[in-house]
Parts: sequence; C-alpha cells; structure tokens
Amino acid sequence: MMRMRARLLVLHVLVVTMLVVLAVRLWQVQVVRGHEFVTRATETRTRTVIVPAVRGQILDSHGRPLVRNKTALVVSVDRTRLTRMPDGGMKVLRKLSAVLGRPVAELQQRITPCGPGVSKPCWTGSPYQAVPLDEKVDTREALQILERQEEFPGVTAEVHSVRQYPGGRAGAQMLGYLQPVTEAELEKREGLKASFSGVDLVGRDGLEYVYDEALRGKSGLRRVQVDRMGKALGVEEQTAPVPGDHLVTSIDSRVQAVVEKALARAMKSAPAADGGAAVVLDARTARVVALASAPGYDPAIWAGGISARGYQWLMSDKSGKPLVSRAINGQFAPGSTFKISSVASMLRAGYPLNGKYDCPGSVMVGGRAFSGFRGIPLGTLSLHMALVKSCDTIFYKAAYEQYLKDGGRNPKKVPKEVFANTARSFGFGAPTGVDLPGESSGRIPDRAWKKNLWNATHDVSCERSRKGYPEVKDRARADFLKRLALENCTEGFLLRPGDSANFSIGQGDVLVTPMQLARAYAALVSDGKVRSPRIGWALVRPDGTVVKTIPVPVVGKLPLNEKERHYIKDALSDVPSDGTAAGAFAGFPMNKVRIGGKTGTAEVWGKQDTSWFASFAPTKNPQYVVVVMVSQGGQGAQTAAPAAREIYEGIYGIKRPPAVPGGKLTTRLPQFAPDGTVEGQ
Amino acid sequence: MIDRTAAIRRPSLLRRVTAENSAVRRLDALMLVAVAGLSVIGTLLVWSSTRTWAPGSTGLVKKHILNETLGIVVCAVVATVDHRAMRAYAPLVFLMSLIGLGLVITPLGATINGSHSWILLGGGFAVQPSEFAKVGLLLIIAMLLAQPAEGSDRPRALDIWLALIAAFVTMGLVMLQPDLGTALVLAVITASGLVVAGVRKRWIAALAVVAGAGVFAVFYFQLLEPYQVARFTAFVDPSVDPRGVGYNSTQSMIAIGSGQLLGKGLLGGGQTTGRFVPEQHTDFIFTVAGEEFGFLGSVTVVLLLGVVLIRGLQIARHCDDRFGTLVAGTIVCWFAFQAFVNVGMTIGIMPITGLPLPFVSYGGTATFANLIAIGLLQAIRVRRQSFN
Repeated sequence: MMRMRARLLVLHVLVVTMLVVLAVRLWQVQVVRGHEFVTRATETRTRTVIVPAVRGQILDSHGRPLVRNKTALVVSVDRTRLTRMPDGGMKVLRKLSAVLGRPVAELQQRITPCGPGVSKPCWTGSPYQAVPLDEKVDTREALQILERQEEFPGVTAEVHSVRQYPGGRAGAQMLGYLQPVTEAELEKREGLKASFSGVDLVGRDGLEYVYDEALRGKSGLRRVQVDRMGKALGVEEQTAPVPGDHLVTSIDSRVQAVVEKALARAMKSAPAADGGAAVVLDARTARVVALASAPGYDPAIWAGGISARGYQWLMSDKSGKPLVSRAINGQFAPGSTFKISSVASMLRAGYPLNGKYDCPGSVMVGGRAFSGFRGIPLGTLSLHMALVKSCDTIFYKAAYEQYLKDGGRNPKKVPKEVFANTARSFGFGAPTGVDLPGESSGRIPDRAWKKNLWNATHDVSCERSRKGYPEVKDRARADFLKRLALENCTEGFLLRPGDSANFSIGQGDVLVTPMQLARAYAALVSDGKVRSPRIGWALVRPDGTVVKTIPVPVVGKLPLNEKERHYIKDALSDVPSDGTAAGAFAGFPMNKVRIGGKTGTAEVWGKQDTSWFASFAPTKNPQYVVVVMVSQGGQGAQTAAPAAREIYEGIYGIKRPPAVPGGKLTTRLPQFAPDGTVEGQ
Repeated sequence: MIDRTAAIRRPSLLRRVTAENSAVRRLDALMLVAVAGLSVIGTLLVWSSTRTWAPGSTGLVKKHILNETLGIVVCAVVATVDHRAMRAYAPLVFLMSLIGLGLVITPLGATINGSHSWILLGGGFAVQPSEFAKVGLLLIIAMLLAQPAEGSDRPRALDIWLALIAAFVTMGLVMLQPDLGTALVLAVITASGLVVAGVRKRWIAALAVVAGAGVFAVFYFQLLEPYQVARFTAFVDPSVDPRGVGYNSTQSMIAIGSGQLLGKGLLGGGQTTGRFVPEQHTDFIFTVAGEEFGFLGSVTVVLLLGVVLIRGLQIARHCDDRFGTLVAGTIVCWFAFQAFVNVGMTIGIMPITGLPLPFVSYGGTATFANLIAIGLLQAIRVRRQSFN
C-alpha cells in the first residue's frame, strides 16, 4: 500500500499542476489579453451598415416636386462570393430564381460580366460590385431573402431611394443626375471617417451637383449584431441619418412644361434644327422661372446606375448630345438681339439719343460694302425705328467710326473699344454665374482677343498660306481658304474693319449663351442692374424650417440711365406689333398683354441661321424675360419668335388655361406643414 | 419487558443518519457540494447556449435537469453498494459495457452529430455506451490489478496482460465508431491503473514507448481521419485555416477572452447568443462560462473541478484496500484528463478533441457515468476502516 500511496502523491502533484496551468492560462486569456478579444468579438459579432440619408427633394416655386424620391427594393448578388462556392453559386441562384420567379439562366447571364461572346443582359459594371438583379421586388420577396440569409449567402435585399422625375424630360439638364460616389471622392469629402459602402450617391450635374451638400444630408450608421450565419439579431448602436434639405427653386413647373412644349414644337418646325434652348427669367429678380434645352432626355435613365450603352448614347452625335444644356453651354452669334448693346455703345460713344440716322442699303467699311438685310434701304430713322426695323447699316457705320477713332489698323496704346466694353457691361463674354456647373462664357472679340488668337494660330495659318488646302475638293473654296490663311498669317493680330462692323450686329466672332442674353434683357427692362441669375430660391429642412434663402447677386450695372433704358425698351415694345416679329405675333392680343422683344438671325458658315428671339412682357413694368434660341432654326421671326409667343400664351392663358393665373409670379416661398407636406398642394 | 425489546430495536432512521459514525456522515460533503455546484452552473450554461435555438426553447435544459436528477439517484444507489462486493460484479459490468459498444456497431447503432456512438432508446432518449465503457474498463482493470503477486505489492504479470487486453478490446471498439477522445480517456484510465497499482517503472516505460510508437504509426500510416489530423495541425497554428478547422479554436478563444474579468453576465454573451462557437452546449460549454461569467466564473469552475479531483485523491489515499484505491485513483485521472483537455482546448493549450467537460456539459450518458463514478468514490470513502 505504501507504494500505491507514493504513486498517488505523484498524481496529486500532477493534478495541482494542471489546475494551476489552467488558472494561469485563463488569467492570461481573459484578463491580460481580454481587451484584444473584446475587439475581435465586436468585429466578428457586428456588421456596420451605412444607412443612407433621404436626399432632399427639388421643388418648384409652389412646392411642386421637380425631383422626388421613391423607394425601391433592390436585390443584389455578390458575384465573388458566389463564384467561390463549390458549385459556382448554382444552388443559391436556383433558390433565388424560385423566389423572384425568373429563369435561372437569365439570372446567371445577368451576373456574368460582359465580354466577347457574352451578350446582353450581362453585367457591365465592376466585377467586384454587387450586381443588382431585380430593382422591382416586392416586400414579400425581399423578406423571404432577408429572413433566410443562411440559404442565400451573398444575396442582399436593400431599400434604395431612387430619384423620380414627375416632369419627365422637363428641365433634365438643369436638374442634373446622381451617380455612385467614388472612393476617392468620398475620402476627399469626409476625410478619414469615410467608410465607402457603394450606396452613397453624389450629384454629378445640374442642381443636384451645385446643391449636393445640402441635398444629400448625412448618412447614418447602424451596428447590427449578427450570428455565425450573418443573420441580424438586433441593433447594437445606431446613428440616425439626417435627411437632406429640400431645394425650393424659382422654377414654375407649369411654365416649364409650357416652355418644353413650345421648344419641342419649334425644333420640329425647323427641319434642320439641331439644338435649342429657352430661358424664362423673372425680369424683376433675375430668378429663373423655366429653363429648357433641346434635345432632351429622360433623367430616369440614371436611376439604379446607367448602362454603358445608355451613357454612350447620351454622349453621341446621333442623340444630339442631350446632356449638354444649350441654355448655358450653347454659344451662338446673337444676331440682331445684340443690338441693345450696340445702341448703348452708340450712346456712350456720344451719338444723340434723339438723333436721326440714315439707314442705306449698304455702307462702305474698310473698302468693302457691308449691306443690311437684303440690302434694302430704310431711309432716315430714329434709333427707336432702327431697332424696330432692325437696320444694320446704322450700327455698321457707328462701329466703324469708333474703330477708326481707336486708330483703326494702327491702334492707339489704350483703345477705348466702346462696343466691346459696353457689351461686357451687359454681361456678355463672361459666365453669368447661374447656379449650374460648367457654364460657358461666350465671347466678346476685341483687339486683345484677336492678338491672343493670332499668337495661338499663326503657325498653322502661315503654313497653310504657303501650302494651301490641297485636301479641299472645291477649287474656289480652297483658294478662298488659302487667301484667308495668308490674311490671318500676316495681319491676324489686327482687328479688321469688317470685324467691328460684324460685331455691331452680333455676327462674326461674337458668341453669347441664351442665359447671358436673357439676363442682359432682364437688366435692360428692369432696373439696369446686371444680376447673376439663380434657380435655387431657398433651402428648406424637411420639417419646413427655412435654412437659407438664396440671394440673387447683383454683379454689374448697365451703362445706361433710366431714360435711355426706357427709350430702348419702348423701341423693343413695338417689334412684335410693328417690327420684325409682327408676323409671328399676328393675332396676339396685345391689348391684353403687350410683348416687347427683338428677333435675331445669326449667320453660321455652312449651316442654317441661328434663330433668336429675346423678349419681355408685359411691356409696362415687365414680369418675364423670355429668350428662345434654335440652332439652325432659320430666321428669328420664323422659329424662335413663334415659340416665344406660345410660351406667353401658355403663361397668360391665351386660348387655354393660364400657367400663371393672373400672370404674376409668386414672391412668397411655399409654406410647409410640420410633416413636410406643402400647403395647398 | 417492553423496555428490553425497545433496547434491541434498531435506532430510528434519523438517528442512524446522524449518528457519529453513520454512513451519511462519512460521505465527502465537500466533493458533493462541488459536484452540485458544477451541475448547477452547467444547467445555467446549457440554458444560455440553447435558448436561441428556437424562441422560448427550453427543451434541452429540461432534459438536462431530468438527466441530472436520474444521475443523482443512480449515484446514491451506487454509493450504498459495498465497493468490495462491486469487485465481484466488475467482470459482469465490463462485459455489459462491451456488449453495449458492440451494439453500436450493429444496425441498432445511430449516428448523432457525425459520431456513430449512440443507441436510440426511443422517446428522444439515446445512450452512448462508450461513456459506460469508461466505468466498465476502470472496474475490470482495478479488479485485475488489485490482487498483488505472492509476497509482493505489485500486480502479477498475467493480470497486467489481461488488463492490457481488456483495454485494447474496449479502445478498439470505441475507435470503430470512431471516437478518438473517448479512446484517449480509456488509455488514460488504463495507464493510471498501471501506475497506481505499482507496476514496475520499466514496464510503464516500455508501455509508454509502445504507445508512442503506436501514435507515430497512426500518423505515419494515416490511420486517422483527415479531420482529426487537421485538428492537430490547427492546434499547432490556429491561423492555418481560421474559417475551417482553426475556426473552433479561434472562436472559443474570442468568446472566453471577451469575458474579461467579470464576464458579460448570464445570457449576456454576444458570442454565445450569435452561436459563433460550435457545440456550445456540449464540448465547448466552457466558452459560455468564460464569456458570461468572466475570469472569476471560469476559475470557479476550474476550482470546483479541482475540489472533486483533490478530494478523490484523498479518498484513494485513505482507502485500506488495493481495489478501492485503484478505483478512486483511476476515476480521478479520468476526470483530470477530461477536464484538462476540455478546458485546455478552449483556451488554446490543447488540441480540439471531442470530450465533454465533466458535470457541466450537456449529455445524458456522460452525466450518468460521471455520477456513477462519484457514487463509487463515495462508496469507497464510506466503507474505509480507519478515520483520519
């Protein structure tokens, strides 16, 4: 027994050692390294889910939505997870096909990346991105998937907020669009705390881009506790998203609809028309009431990610590049609509306001005869009638005289350049600063501009002047081009007499955008102040609190006194009744609403004329400025003026219900009820 | 007259129980308290780890409590049997356990959780004969080695061979299931029997060499199932395959470690609720203790196990006969091995082996077998000749 007891003592020591080992190891794991395991436990046990904030709506001046949100349940598949499964995810797809009621083969094709031999509907996106399989699932189907995550590994059903456009194609370029934010952009925006999820969208154009920060709100975070299968057990922590503010614009969606229709009709009426724009401003405030560009497109194409084919179509010549807003990016010679600037230039150059001016069929400018419209002499005219009848030669003469005053071909050190500088003070040659991205600045060709152009081009033109244009088939044309190249090479840095004449009637190298022309007319017919037009009117929280009213900045002043402004305005007021637009406005009830305006027909080499009509109404204390431009639309009176007439008819309700009852624009922001609905809507 | 008959009348039951040298007062109360404590903790942990299986799921806990109640009855019955009489029954018990193991291999056997070691009894109950085999083997080994050779205090060579054969047959049947963990426990029972019985050190050394060669052969000839090899690989380096074999090890460490000093409280363990550790109510139940009761709770479990083991060793030391000492010694080694391997694998110092934690894990047959062993220990203590 002694031996056994000795051996038991050995066991005793072993058992105690074992207990000590376990206790020490437990201390080490739980107390010493406890923190480390708490972190790892949190990592394995929780998933962080980004809760996107509801993006603010874009509303018109009465609170009617231009862009609103609808929620859509989207089922997506993580392709990489599926391909890692032994059967390539076939089992999951089969189950999914049963739930969604779609053939397995279709689902399979939709998640296969496009490539040689893989036809539509294949996946055009990144191979690492979750592929949306179905964007119109109902709640029942989504729940079937969400509640049985272990049966659908790699499949998610999420509520996505999708932009909806109640106006359809109306104002698509102005409203802009959303696209998923890139990782780089998100990091730039949020800094280190950025967590890229792929659900964040960013405004890429239009108002969505300019007011992105206010509209997008702040996305929330939800830490969800999950089990081993990834099934959510509960929410551990959550930061609610802060919804974005609504953008109330000064757009009147009814006027916008009228404008879109009129522009579309104008485009159809001119067979060669390849683009058009219409701008309606509140003449008193320079707020934008309607802004349209043709051709248009349906912005719903962006929802849920655009396909590569869709994007290419939008960018192609075949579609007419509908993404480009002709209202702010279309740069065209303004033709006679520009004469408001030329009259002002004459006044500033010292020509009397009440003087009499001879309007011959043509005048000699720098040894060349410049004729007016069809070379018809109009006799002796006041400046008033010069505008009404759209005489060209009076302006040629005045511009040429000023050109010579500046030294002509041998310019003074500091030329006055009255015509160019007056045009600049009308806001031409610089972006209007409207709250839209990527606006064009137009062009005011002065002496400095010529010089810069020559510096950039004379190498080419001098070479051409030697070698000619052998690739041009037409002999006469090739000779003309060669002579032109020689002229450009030897004296291209000089403003030529013809340049000054062309400038005075808005031809040649002068380019303006419809928006520039509209704000110039707004300044002329209101208080003479040049403003930077605004579409955004106010930012409003979803509960109706006004965060900020967006002011319309005054950026300049017309070089005209009140009397002069009224004189020009009065002259323009006779154009639709007695002048160049009389035909287009024949039968229009001028006794009810008197329209003022100016037609413009700008020649474009090798193309049809650009048709312009810049107008305002009512002539006494104007409320609206309407500018219509149709590229390759022919004469101003032919295409643009009838479109403008249709717009006024829509606004004032002539032979139809008025878009703006009483014709007066609202000056009060729409009132929101505390629940976010708009009163009276 | 009446007084005389009263004098020879047996004392009342209460008197007998409370008398100075009564059997009840000779029970090892501390060990029973420790076993009761472990059982209560085990029940709570089983509840915590199985309640998420289905809403309001209490079926398994109820079954566990039933098993424990039945086990206590069995334990009490065993404790009343004179262990010396049990020596005579040892061959019978051993034979029955072999038959049980044999039945598992026949069509009567059933596979539960990937292990073919069950006999279904119907009504949702099943037995695992390999658990009873532990008791059967330790009794037959104790019986064989209790008889010393003439004029010596060491067992006879023939008895040693018989013991080894008994062990080999039992382990062989268990490996047919296959159940490596139980086979290892049987090996430990055999080895501890030989050690306690006073078998010569050179015999023990020789057996150790043979066993070592056997283990080598098993690996070398790839006799183990691939998953068993993988478990050892993962033990050496859990990062080899953190989603696969290393997963259990990694997840149980995370669960226990995240309990820190005080734990997250009963039912408060996120890892337990999320069922990140597999087999949480059986082999990995210690992770629930670690996460929900923290270091204090898990060390308490280890301490309670220690109380059972140390008291068991004292029973062995104070026993007057070789058979009782052998039985008690082998039981302690069985529990010690199983406890160390089970707790050790959850904290990364032992490889993953399918062994339950004595008195804590869910499992009917194991609970019976463990409580039978406790009954045996108590029976040995109650019938010892000398006190102190």
